[in-house]
Amino acid sequence: MSANLIQRSLEDATRPSVRLTLRFDWSLLAAVGGLVTCSLVVIDGATQNAVAGSPHYYTVRQAGACAVGAVLMILVSRIDYSRLREWKYGIYALMLGPIVLVLALGGLTRGSKRWISFPFFQYQPSEIGKLLLVLSISAFVVDRSRRLRERETTTRTMLLALVPAMLVFLQPDLGSGLVYLGIALMVLFVAGTSYRHFLGLFALAGVALALVLAVAPAVGVSVIKPYQLARLTAFLHPSQNPASQGYQQAQSEIAIGAGQRTGRGQTNDTQTRLNFLPDNHTDFVFAVVGERFGFVGASLVLSLFALLIWRGLRILTLAKNLYGTLVAGGIVAMLLFQVIVNAGMTVGVMPITGVPLPLMSYGPSSVLTTFLAAGILQSIYVQGREAAANKGRISVLG
Amino acid sequence: MIQPPSHFDERRPPITPQLAVRVAILGAFAFALFAIIFFRLWFLQVLSGDQYLAKANENRVREIAIPAPRGVIVDDQGRQLVSNRRAEAIQIDPQNLPPSGPRRQALYRRLGAILALAPQRIAHEVFIKTDPRHGLPYAAVTLTTDAALPVYNYVAEHQAELDNAVQITPVFTRDYPRGDLAAQLFGTVGQISPQELKDTVHYRGVRLGTIVGQDGIERAYDHYLRGQNGAERVQIDALGNPKGTVSTTPPAQGQRLKLSLDLGMERAAQDALGQAVANSTGDAGGAVAIDPRTGAIVAMASYPSFDPNIFSKPLSQSVYDQLSKQQPAPLINRAIGGVYPTGSTMKPITATAALGTPKASFTPGYTVDDAGCVTISKRQFCNAGKAVNGSVDLQNAIRVSSDVYFYTVGALLNPIAGEPLQTWMHKLGLGNPSGIDVAGESNGLVPDRAWRAHINDVQVACARRYGPHSLHCFTAGGAPLFSDGRPWAVGDNVNLAVGQGDLEASPLQMAVAYSALQNGGTVVTPHLGVQIEDNQGAVVQQLDVPPTRHVNLPAGEDVIRAGLHDATSQPGGTSYDVFNNFPVPVYGKTGTAQRPPHNDQSWFLCWVDAGQTPKPHGPLVVAVTIENGGFGAQAAAPAARLILSKWVGTPGQFVVGSSKTL
Repeated sequence: MSANLIQRSLEDATRPSVRLTLRFDWSLLAAVGGLVTCSLVVIDGATQNAVAGSPHYYTVRQAGACAVGAVLMILVSRIDYSRLREWKYGIYALMLGPIVLVLALGGLTRGSKRWISFPFFQYQPSEIGKLLLVLSISAFVVDRSRRLRERETTTRTMLLALVPAMLVFLQPDLGSGLVYLGIALMVLFVAGTSYRHFLGLFALAGVALALVLAVAPAVGVSVIKPYQLARLTAFLHPSQNPASQGYQQAQSEIAIGAGQRTGRGQTNDTQTRLNFLPDNHTDFVFAVVGERFGFVGASLVLSLFALLIWRGLRILTLAKNLYGTLVAGGIVAMLLFQVIVNAGMTVGVMPITGVPLPLMSYGPSSVLTTFLAAGILQSIYVQGREAAANKGRISVLG
Repeated sequence: MIQPPSHFDERRPPITPQLAVRVAILGAFAFALFAIIFFRLWFLQVLSGDQYLAKANENRVREIAIPAPRGVIVDDQGRQLVSNRRAEAIQIDPQNLPPSGPRRQALYRRLGAILALAPQRIAHEVFIKTDPRHGLPYAAVTLTTDAALPVYNYVAEHQAELDNAVQITPVFTRDYPRGDLAAQLFGTVGQISPQELKDTVHYRGVRLGTIVGQDGIERAYDHYLRGQNGAERVQIDALGNPKGTVSTTPPAQGQRLKLSLDLGMERAAQDALGQAVANSTGDAGGAVAIDPRTGAIVAMASYPSFDPNIFSKPLSQSVYDQLSKQQPAPLINRAIGGVYPTGSTMKPITATAALGTPKASFTPGYTVDDAGCVTISKRQFCNAGKAVNGSVDLQNAIRVSSDVYFYTVGALLNPIAGEPLQTWMHKLGLGNPSGIDVAGESNGLVPDRAWRAHINDVQVACARRYGPHSLHCFTAGGAPLFSDGRPWAVGDNVNLAVGQGDLEASPLQMAVAYSALQNGGTVVTPHLGVQIEDNQGAVVQQLDVPPTRHVNLPAGEDVIRAGLHDATSQPGGTSYDVFNNFPVPVYGKTGTAQRPPHNDQSWFLCWVDAGQTPKPHGPLVVAVTIENGGFGAQAAAPAARLILSKWVGTPGQFVVGSSKTL
């Protein structure tokens, strides 16, 4: 990053607001709205019989989360995100604390401790943690933006991500842990870290992987749980053992394939309706789309995600300061990783991990996180456009 | 994907070239990832959608077979011999069984208490029936088909407590309204076995779990009797819970099989055997009555018999052992599976062979002076009790059953090339399967030079392989098991001529041979199945059974017939006192076969020609044999008289004869 851009961002952050505008990136808004609509339609269809006597149980909850999320998104979009940079330690602590807490006393669900139970929903700190990591880690990198060539910068940044990532691994939630690392890599990449550092990181990751997968089991230390390994490798041989780990993926592929061009409709989606598709409103919601709406529906959803990512990258380039650029980069990484890993899993080209499909999968934590992320992207956009329009004088709400 | 901002604002500094490059890389990377997902979607949904749709349908629909009732088996008048009974079977579904251990044992204990079965018995049954070596791994194991109603209700209402591993399935079981009548003929039905699944002749296209006929008539006519199982196509969810019926194909009952068996004659034959055993030293026996024109079997009985209804329920090992190992064993059909030396009933066949061998220069006028014994090749052969018959020709030799006469004939035929005696026996159906349409037939044995050389070789080879004292080849006492090693001798032919020695034949084979004598040389193929009918009794298919062959009987055969008639009707005839005052001419021959270590085997072979009195009747050949029954006139001949009485319509009477001939 050039020095002048950083200086500008510092000036911008301290300049008082002059005017409030109601600017939005309408394409981004359309993508979010479209995905939420699809999500509600699909979840409503898939969960008709999930809760006896209450056919819209999940739909209502998802819609509630979306409504709250939309309000939060609009509010956040009016805030100057740059302020958040000052609270980086607080944000980092806010991310780490609940993750530690959930490990310590989280409710037990399917052998994984991922939630803190509240009366109306289960709060999953690793979800909002993704966004909090983006905000805090970007701030750390901005602070060290003049020392990006130093290996220490890269190391420290990666360590900052590695701590929550490892804690999330332990929950165990492999997928979310990988999202954390992906975010850190992306922030460094966008900030301009040398390619040699990345090569070093990948080499290190390779060694670590070898240790975990080959050496550790040999000496009797189980770092990765057997079921995780089985899930991760199931996509390599999906049909060999349809009764176990490969089963979910095989059923997901059958569901998607059976959707053919235009889908099987609401009454004929036997894979979903007869529960052959596991977790059909959460992790495998994309397979439900594929079965019910076919190639047309799946393509539409995928296109909306592509629009989302494209707008993210576009906003990245419009940011008024480096912090905005890095935050946008981190959010893009977070969304892209989840979309590709989740959709890839349902079509059988990615391993099975518990990564939700942003805005589509049922889950208030994930929905709220994604809405907040979209709000911050809007904020970066608004701030960037305001800065450009007003020769650097921008509006800040609050 | 990423373009530089089109409305680039001059007042805003441009992004650095480095950032532009990196954003471009990110864009390209994201684009590539999306492209992979898109192409995968395209592949799954557009290119291979049909296959996945098929898989999805396969997933959701399970076919539950609705068993078809098997076809009914009726006698020649359409009276039911085998029908069906609807029952509810209590079965264990091996796929829902809890894993072996305390839970499974608890289930067996509970179920055992309900069904009054030992838990070990249930465990054993499940193990045997689902072991791939004996049974089918996934097929349901039937525990009972005849538990009382409260038991059914209890099981039906406590499915969950029984781990859902116990199911109640409607089944059709075979019902035998005539009890032990002709029990050995029908055979059993059961779920197709792994071996049978591979049998593409009998069971082509039969699906796993189908009930098929496994022996007897049920097996021979399984193709017609089996019917077409129906299917209920049920939609199921991922846990296998039924979610409603998609479609139902009703089962089609198997076709009706009409047998040539006549219920009245069958009962007469069964009763005749029972009376023969009761009134003699005999303990078992077989009888067959066939129409000599066609080979249609009118009656076929074996004693002792059993009630085949026990096979409709799961059979305990002890009951099965009792049926198969008890002596005499009720499961053996002695009319076709029992082979014995025939004694003097062979004499008409020997006479035919002699008349049919030009080189023997044998004529009906051939006379032998029967002094009670004859010495052939330095060995003495005698009549029973060394009875002296004086000078006898062929007709008289048959009437009085002169052994000396036929010993002489046997010796006469022995040196002639081509083994004429054996050849004629084979021509008339001995030593070969008759071709009857049910399994269980024994081939019998007509000993000849080649056979003797063969068993000598077998004995030598066995001793060479297992050692000179091995129990594979020798009795505990050291006697050879297969052969004493002597070559063929004239004495072998002499014995064969009177139905003794190594000869073995079944009542059915003898009946076929006598049919040829009756009908002028046609060797019929005996059969039970006559026609296939639909369930209303309309003929679907006539089962035509062509004769096996036709032989030209030699000149003088009428003398044999005359001799057989004299034997039943003239003083001195071997069964004269048995058939005294019988209203219809009978052509018959007694036989008494020595069968060490058993007592003598009592035989009688006879026929009546078609006639109008006392009631209209067709020709009928009857063969009766009684194990350990003594002389032919003592047990077999009176039984045959009872059967013929029923046929011609005269009151049956068990008349024991006094003849002490072999």
